[in-house]
Amino acid sequence: MNEMTLIAATQAGLAEEMRRDTRVWCLGEDLARGGVFGQYAGFLEEFGPKRVVSTPISEAMIMSAGLGAALAGTRPVVEMRIADFTLCAMDELVNQVAKVRYMFGGQARAPMVIRMPHGLARFSAAQHSQSLEAWLVHIPGLVVLAPATAADCKGLMKAAIRSDDPVILFEPRSIWASTGEVPGGDDVTPIGVARIARRGDDVTLVSWSMTVPLALAAAESAAREGISVEVVDLRSLWPWDKEAVLASVARTRRAVIAHEAVKIAGFGAEIAATIGEELAGTLVAPVVRVGAPRIPVPYAPLLEDAYRVTSEKILAGLRQVARGRSAAHDDRSSATT
Amino acid sequence: MSVAQTNTRVALGLELLRSMIRIRSFEEAARSVHAKGEIPGVLHLSIGQEAMPAGVCANLRLTDTIASTHRGHGHCIAKGAGPAAMMAELFGRLDGTCRGKGGSMHIADFAVGMLGANGVVGGGIGIAVGAAQAARLLGDGRVSACFFGDGAVNRGPFLEGLNWARIYDLPVLFVCEDNGFAAFTRPTETTGGPGAPARARSIGIPTFEVDGNDAMAVHDAAAEALEQCRRGKGPAFLYALTYRIDGHTIADRTPYRSAEEVQLRRADDPIERLRATLAEQGVEAAALMRIAVEAEHEMQAAIAFARASPIPGVHEALSDVQDAGAPS
Repeated sequence: MNEMTLIAATQAGLAEEMRRDTRVWCLGEDLARGGVFGQYAGFLEEFGPKRVVSTPISEAMIMSAGLGAALAGTRPVVEMRIADFTLCAMDELVNQVAKVRYMFGGQARAPMVIRMPHGLARFSAAQHSQSLEAWLVHIPGLVVLAPATAADCKGLMKAAIRSDDPVILFEPRSIWASTGEVPGGDDVTPIGVARIARRGDDVTLVSWSMTVPLALAAAESAAREGISVEVVDLRSLWPWDKEAVLASVARTRRAVIAHEAVKIAGFGAEIAATIGEELAGTLVAPVVRVGAPRIPVPYAPLLEDAYRVTSEKILAGLRQVARGRSAAHDDRSSATT
Repeated sequence: MSVAQTNTRVALGLELLRSMIRIRSFEEAARSVHAKGEIPGVLHLSIGQEAMPAGVCANLRLTDTIASTHRGHGHCIAKGAGPAAMMAELFGRLDGTCRGKGGSMHIADFAVGMLGANGVVGGGIGIAVGAAQAARLLGDGRVSACFFGDGAVNRGPFLEGLNWARIYDLPVLFVCEDNGFAAFTRPTETTGGPGAPARARSIGIPTFEVDGNDAMAVHDAAAEALEQCRRGKGPAFLYALTYRIDGHTIADRTPYRSAEEVQLRRADDPIERLRATLAEQGVEAAALMRIAVEAEHEMQAAIAFARASPIPGVHEALSDVQDAGAPS
């Protein structure tokens, strides 16, 4: 085990795969200068300019060059800089990358990893802070990953590169500098398998990406109030580990889902609906979702706080379900706007 | 020109003529079965534009790649895709190039380097450029060509793709087929400034302009352009004026143009032009006739193949989506 920052773990995962497979290369803006967040530091020196390609600010072309190169026998890692900029390449991603295998009847694969650091960071306002995972989970053909730990930042990077599917890697930018244990060796995290981040008996709390540390903090606070919370770090959003979530909820009979994205039509809605479909008779309280209000991300810190999901807001959700059916019906907490 | 050179040119002319006639024959056959209700989807015909795919693809090797457009039957056939599997695809059958999942707008045949027709205008540009980048990375000597229409030059991917190919000196030939219409609108109404070739030159890409209904001229220009690509000089651009004899789709009655205009342009048919040239050069009428008859037989066989091919079972709808998280 090594203690590493999340960003270093990500970098190690990519570098190991590039050493293992010469068909793997990466392209995106400023990569030859180490990448905008330093996550490609040293790559140009080690792998050379053909495999570490600094591109123009041409998101559509970055995506489609990646696709064309994937169709022609390579395994590109496409850097979008931040998730918001992927919107400049949505035709290429949604109409082309996601569909080539299907619409060409299985002749083609698009083995690509599309990196998208996402979410709030450094008061970056409406166009640099979004969490858009629900959009992409909705698109058939894509695999969508959202790791929360150093081990999974590395392990899911490696899994993504080895997959023959196009894989979206949502990266938790705001917690990149935090550290965690990373196992040594060829530590691939399986796609589609959740991680139980904390064991508990009273409430199941499902989360992913940068919201996982907040979920764990909320669970810690809840424990002091006598509420035992099981935290499920989903890690993969498509495919998501329905079995793990349902098994936990079947036991706790209460569920809270917390994500940084806007709550309305967020991916939490899919999980809540599935729990409702599968476990309606088992639940002792309605499922609670904690997410952002349906507003663009504001700039001023106080305004951003109105958008931001915090451990306090998650704790309020936990208290709500822990109080049980009648209380939850009486009090639809303002924390879950 | 020596006798040997003349013979070579005649042989090339016959090759291009055969390629064009097969494309024309395929589309006429598709039109006839579409009229009988045997093809469920829409068709975008390239009748009148056959010199472009024939002339360009005659310079490509099997391993070279192309990306095409929604009007892509000609590019497919010229690159070597089989008409029977293509016809089965139009019918939505299991033996189609895409197992009935793509239809006319997504015909692809990766075995011959045909990376797909495309339902999005300009959608193939980046794919062809990326394939050229892969060829560079793998060092396998392949080049790629991308076909697009006059409508694509006003989309962002046109600028992004040309710039990208230039800065990395990628072996890609951009082929702009200006067929006089972007859907229902003339490109002159929608394209500012002096147009596509000037835009390509402004990015520093060597640009060739050619009569798009002269198959030999298209061939020769593409040969020169692709030679540059193969020698590591980076991208080239081929711009050609041609004319879309049919509507945007098979259902389009083209109220935006006169019958006289179409009649006038039919007189400039690329197939008839090359046939006349070859006749002047001494090719016998029977030899020319034989090409047409063979193509007709080939396409009738393609229709029979498509009719006999199984309709995909409903379970096929769930296959080939993805490995992880596939529908069940």
